[in-house]
Amino acid sequence: MRNRFAETLYQCALENPEIYVVVADISPAGSMAKFREQHPSRFLNVGVAEQTMIGICAGLSLKGCQPFAYTIANFSLYRPFEMVRNDLCYQNLPVTVVGMGAGVVYSTLGSTHHTQEDVAVASAIPNLRVLSPCDPLETNEATRYCAFQKEGPVYLRLGKTGEPNLTEGALEPFSFGRIRRIRAGRDTAILGYGPILRMGAAIAERLERERGESVSLVSVHTIKPLDKAGIAAIIGSHRRVVVIEENVPHGGLGSRVKEIAWDMKARADVQCFSLRDEFIHYYGEHEELLRLHGLDEARIYAAITGSP
Amino acid sequence: MIVSAGQNTICVEAAKARCRKFRRRILEVTKLVQALHIGGAYSCVEIVDTIYFALMRRESDGRSPDTFLLSKGHGCMIQYAVLEELGILPRSELDQFCKGGGILGVHPDYQNPGIEASTGALGHGLAMAVGMAYAEKAKGRDGIVYCVLSDGEAQEGSVWEATLMASSLGLGNLVVFMDNNDFQSLERTSKSHPSFYPVVEKFRAFGWESHEVPGHDSRAIYEAVVSRGGNRPLMVVCRTVKGKGVSYMENVAMWHYRSPSSAEYELAMTELADPS
Repeated sequence: MRNRFAETLYQCALENPEIYVVVADISPAGSMAKFREQHPSRFLNVGVAEQTMIGICAGLSLKGCQPFAYTIANFSLYRPFEMVRNDLCYQNLPVTVVGMGAGVVYSTLGSTHHTQEDVAVASAIPNLRVLSPCDPLETNEATRYCAFQKEGPVYLRLGKTGEPNLTEGALEPFSFGRIRRIRAGRDTAILGYGPILRMGAAIAERLERERGESVSLVSVHTIKPLDKAGIAAIIGSHRRVVVIEENVPHGGLGSRVKEIAWDMKARADVQCFSLRDEFIHYYGEHEELLRLHGLDEARIYAAITGSP
Repeated sequence: MIVSAGQNTICVEAAKARCRKFRRRILEVTKLVQALHIGGAYSCVEIVDTIYFALMRRESDGRSPDTFLLSKGHGCMIQYAVLEELGILPRSELDQFCKGGGILGVHPDYQNPGIEASTGALGHGLAMAVGMAYAEKAKGRDGIVYCVLSDGEAQEGSVWEATLMASSLGLGNLVVFMDNNDFQSLERTSKSHPSFYPVVEKFRAFGWESHEVPGHDSRAIYEAVVSRGGNRPLMVVCRTVKGKGVSYMENVAMWHYRSPSSAEYELAMTELADPS
C-alpha cells in the first residue's frame, strides 16, 4: 500500500508542481526515493521533529503548495496533534497527513507504534477529512484525490505492505465522500475501511458458499465526511449489516452505522466488530494481534450466523 | 532623522509618533472589553511597527511580497492597530473587538484582513514561518518572512525543532524577533528559567545569526535586520518592557491580561499623548 501511495504520488507530482513531501526521518525507499531524486527541492526531511513537519506543511500550504506530511501514523497524527488541529484544520489548509502503518499493523513494535484510535481522534477534529482506502488500487484513487483537492486537510490512513487487491472489478468506482459497493447482494452487507476489509471479503465469500446468502461488500473509504445516505440505503436494503474495523469500539464506523440505523428505525440486525479498548502486550504476527483483539474471521462468522 | 539601508528607510520621529498612536488606539479598545493582552502588545509595538513600516516592501497596490506572522498571537492588538493604520483592516472592525458579529478576537485568525496565520497557542508560528520561507526559496521568489516570538514561547520544544530546521535549510529569508520582555503569565521568565540566558548565543549555536538590541529603539531594530549577512536565518533578541509606555503597567505582571479602570485610562492617555 505504501509503495502504491509513493508511486501514485510520484506520478501526481509530475502533473502538479505544487506537490511537496515533508517526511519525519522515514526511509524514502522505492518511489519516494524517486520523488526525492526527481524533485529535490520539493522533498524535505525534518528528522525526528513531527511538530515541525506539520508546521512546515502549513507554511508551505499558506504559500500555495500542496504538501504531504508522511510518517508512521502515530507520529503523523498523535505527536503533533495540536499542530494538525490548529495549523491545518483550524486554518482549513489542503494538506494531506499520511498515517502509514495505521491500526495495529506494526504488531511487533508494541502499542507505542500503534494507532488503534486514529480514526476516532482524526474524525473528532472539525474540517479534517478522513480517508482509509482498503487496498493498493483504492490507495491509488485516494492519493490522486489528495494530490489535487483544494478543500482542506485530509488524514490519509494507509496500511503497510502486501495488502491484497479487493477492488479489482468493483461494482462502483472510487468517489470521495461516497461509500463504494465492491459487490452487491440482498441479505447481508459487510462494511469496513482500510486493509481489514479483506476479512470482510473472506466472510462474504463464506456466507455465500456455506449459507447461500447474497452479500454486499462495501468499502467506506471516506469515514469523514461520512456518506450517511449511502449507509442508510445499505441498512434499509439488507436484513443483516456487519461492520468490521481496525479501530477502537468508539468513534469509528460501527457506532456511526448504529446511529444511522437508530435514527431510521431500521429493522436490520447491525453487528459491529472492532479492536478492543485496551493495549495488548503482544509482539508477533499482525493476524494474531487482531485475533487477540477479537478480530478474526472464524469468530466473526460464528457471531453473525449464530453458529457455535 | 532618516536612516537608509538599501531596501527601505526608517524615520525615527515618525515611528515614535506612530507607536504612541498605536498604544493610544489599543488603550481605546480596552474600553470595549473586560480584559485584553495589553502588556504583551505594548512590549512589541516598536518591533511590529518597524516590520510593517520600514522593512516590509509594498507594491503600488498595497500588497507586499513579504510576509509577517505573529507567533505570539496574544500580542495581536498591535497588529490590529497597524493594519487599521494601513487601511487593511476597517476601523469598524477594531471597534467591534470581541463583540458578537465582529471578526476580531483575542488571537489572530487566518483570512481576516492582513492576517497570514492563526496563532495564539504558542510554539506554532516559527515552524509555519519556516515552511513559508522555504516555499519562497523553492519557488524562486525573494519574499522575506518576518515573525515575532515571545520569550516565554521559547519554552515550547517545537520552537527549537523549527529553529534547528530553519538554519539547516539555510533560510536567509527568515527574520525573527524575540520580544524578550522577561514576563510570562505567571512570573518573570528569568525567575522560572534562568538557564534561558544568554539567548543570543543559543541561537548562534543553532546556526543562526543573532543579535540583541534595545527593543523599543526602532532604529536599532531596523539596523539589526538590514545589516544582516543574509545567508542564515536571523534572530533579533529585543530587550523590551512589558506594558511599555504606561508607567503603572511597566513590568507589572497583572497587566498581562487586563483592562484599565476609568482613572487608569485617563492617566495612561495623558502619558501616551503626543508632546506639545
